[in-house]
Amino acid sequence: MTPARSTFALRDMVSEAVIALTARPARTILTALGTVLGVAALVATLGLANTAGNQIVGRFNELEATSVAVTPQRNTGFGGRDGQSVSFIPWDAGDRLERLNGVVAAGTKSDVDINGALSRSVPVVDPTGLNEFQVPMIAVSPGLFEAARSEIIGRAFDEGHNLRSDPVAVLGRGAAERLNVTRIDNSPAIFIGDQAVTVIGIMSDTAREPDLLNAIVVPDGYARERWALNAPAEVVVETEVGAAELIGTQAAVALAPNAPEQLRVTKPPSPRRIRTSVQDDVNALFLALGGLSLLVGAIGIANVTLVSVLERTGEIGLRQALGATRRHVAAQFLFESAALGAFAGLLGTSLGILITVIVSASRDWTPVLEAWLPLSAPFIGAAIGLLAGTYPAWKASATEPIQALRNG
Amino acid sequence: MTAVVELEGVERTFDGTPPVEALKATNVVVNQGDYVAIVGPSGSGKSTLLHLLGLLDSPTAGTYRLDGVDTQGISEAEKAGLRATRIGFVFQSFHLLATRTTVENVALGELYVAGSKADRKARAVEALTRVGLGHRLDAYPTTLSGGERQRVAVARALAASPALLLADEPTGNLDSVTTASILDLFDELHQSGLTVMMITHDRNVAARADRQLNINDGVVTEEAMERA
Ligand SMILES: Nc1ncnc2c1ncn2[C@@H]1O[C@H](COP(=O)(O)OP(=O)(O)O)[C@@H](O)[C@H]1O
Ligand SMILES: [Mg+2]
Repeated sequence: MTPARSTFALRDMVSEAVIALTARPARTILTALGTVLGVAALVATLGLANTAGNQIVGRFNELEATSVAVTPQRNTGFGGRDGQSVSFIPWDAGDRLERLNGVVAAGTKSDVDINGALSRSVPVVDPTGLNEFQVPMIAVSPGLFEAARSEIIGRAFDEGHNLRSDPVAVLGRGAAERLNVTRIDNSPAIFIGDQAVTVIGIMSDTAREPDLLNAIVVPDGYARERWALNAPAEVVVETEVGAAELIGTQAAVALAPNAPEQLRVTKPPSPRRIRTSVQDDVNALFLALGGLSLLVGAIGIANVTLVSVLERTGEIGLRQALGATRRHVAAQFLFESAALGAFAGLLGTSLGILITVIVSASRDWTPVLEAWLPLSAPFIGAAIGLLAGTYPAWKASATEPIQALRNG
Repeated sequence: MTAVVELEGVERTFDGTPPVEALKATNVVVNQGDYVAIVGPSGSGKSTLLHLLGLLDSPTAGTYRLDGVDTQGISEAEKAGLRATRIGFVFQSFHLLATRTTVENVALGELYVAGSKADRKARAVEALTRVGLGHRLDAYPTTLSGGERQRVAVARALAASPALLLADEPTGNLDSVTTASILDLFDELHQSGLTVMMITHDRNVAARADRQLNINDGVVTEEAMERA
């Protein structure tokens, strides 16, 4: 006849661990503290890096990530007068770029030198000069309005106006106010020096190139003919999302196939690169801190569990007398430290999420947290507890029942 | 009569220079329902014998059959199984867990035996009632008197319905009045058919048993008892 082996059911292990941990709550919490802080630091770090990374991407996505600008390099010395730049930008730059795959819209834009001419919306020159203002003039190709995402009341000028050098203008909101042009249904005329132009639209807003709002915006053709504009100063391009990088490398060649180096292309920094560099910086530092506190936390659990094993020698002896094997004793202490670790992981995760949310709120960020993180943190905590409990559990299992029962 | 304990030439020698022969070749048979006192001066080998009987230690020679099972060469888990189901321990210093109620302490007696928590609790309540503590189920050990604590320990030993109750100086920490009440309890248990082996250095306590083993320098001799 072989006797029945003794057993230690899982649910009994769970309830023994819970009883042991709740018997001394203050001690349990203090023991868990290091691990709580470590897990909190890890979760908050990853959460904040995630959140910050997403914010940066979000901000660049909208406008800057789709902006490309082309300007001539500063004067190389040849052919220019008085430090004036030599432009290699052709008049049809907007059309050329719009042919590239990935360009939504493109247009040229140049400040026009009007020699200090004053502008007015009344035909008669008032000797007091009260109705005359210095308003800058900007020449654009028709495509620019779309490239700058301008909103126009009335209408914008088209390629026909441009080719015919028609004296038409779109007034920026600010310019319209100064010149006291409030309606365009009657096709008001304004005078720039002695030149009359017809206002066909008012720009109420624009996403790019805000200086348009304070200017008299005229077609390139008109500026060339009446104001001696010799070449476009800049091309403004709106690309499709994600295409800016590519367009940036193609634009110069498309505009000046023989001298692309004479053009300077400004493109947004790659959003992906920003995201990783920010994340890497933040992550490296705080992950190291989190890892360190986890280590300290694990040592804390190991330490207190070891002390508790020594304090509970009598209990261990008793359990052996009641039928516990060495394995049962080891399992009990391992289970206790793992449960403590899991509890610490849970608490730390909550704390980490709280920190992420609070910091995000203080910066008007939308907190972003990948789901695997909070879900896995209790398991990470349990693993730490298990690891920390290994030595104490082994120590406990090595207890000699006779010695243990003798004292206490 | 069925034998609960059969010792044949059981010895226990502790390693050392010189080695200590704590228990010399011992032949003892304890039948079911026996009430045996083990008496001897300090250092004579009483605890050594009790640890062997309780399977907390193994003999260096001889065979020990507990409840018909030869305990030589069985696994640690099987020995632990015998401790869990066949043996109930009562210690001089009670060994109650201070953070658990009486009923929880008693239920620990069956923790390492397969069974449900509810059944354990029911049997713990039953055992506590049997030792006269049915009214202190939810008390903590620190609020109990020494005699009550030892009753809780006895109830814990009874929880798993063992074949053998082993008590090591159960009255060593108690005053004379309380000692008498614990011995009364042992008498009751004995009368209900339980096999009891009790270590004591007190001859008056030993006189309550119906068999007495004397130990001197590791040699066990049976005292001829006058039967009433
Ligand atoms: N683990 C041990 N190692 C060496 N000697 C021991 C050990 N345990 C007990 N002894 C010795 O065995 C003898 C019997 O001890 P013990 O059974 O505890 O006596 P008692 O319980 O009758 O006072 C004593 O001489 C004691 O010193
Ligand atoms: Mg002793």
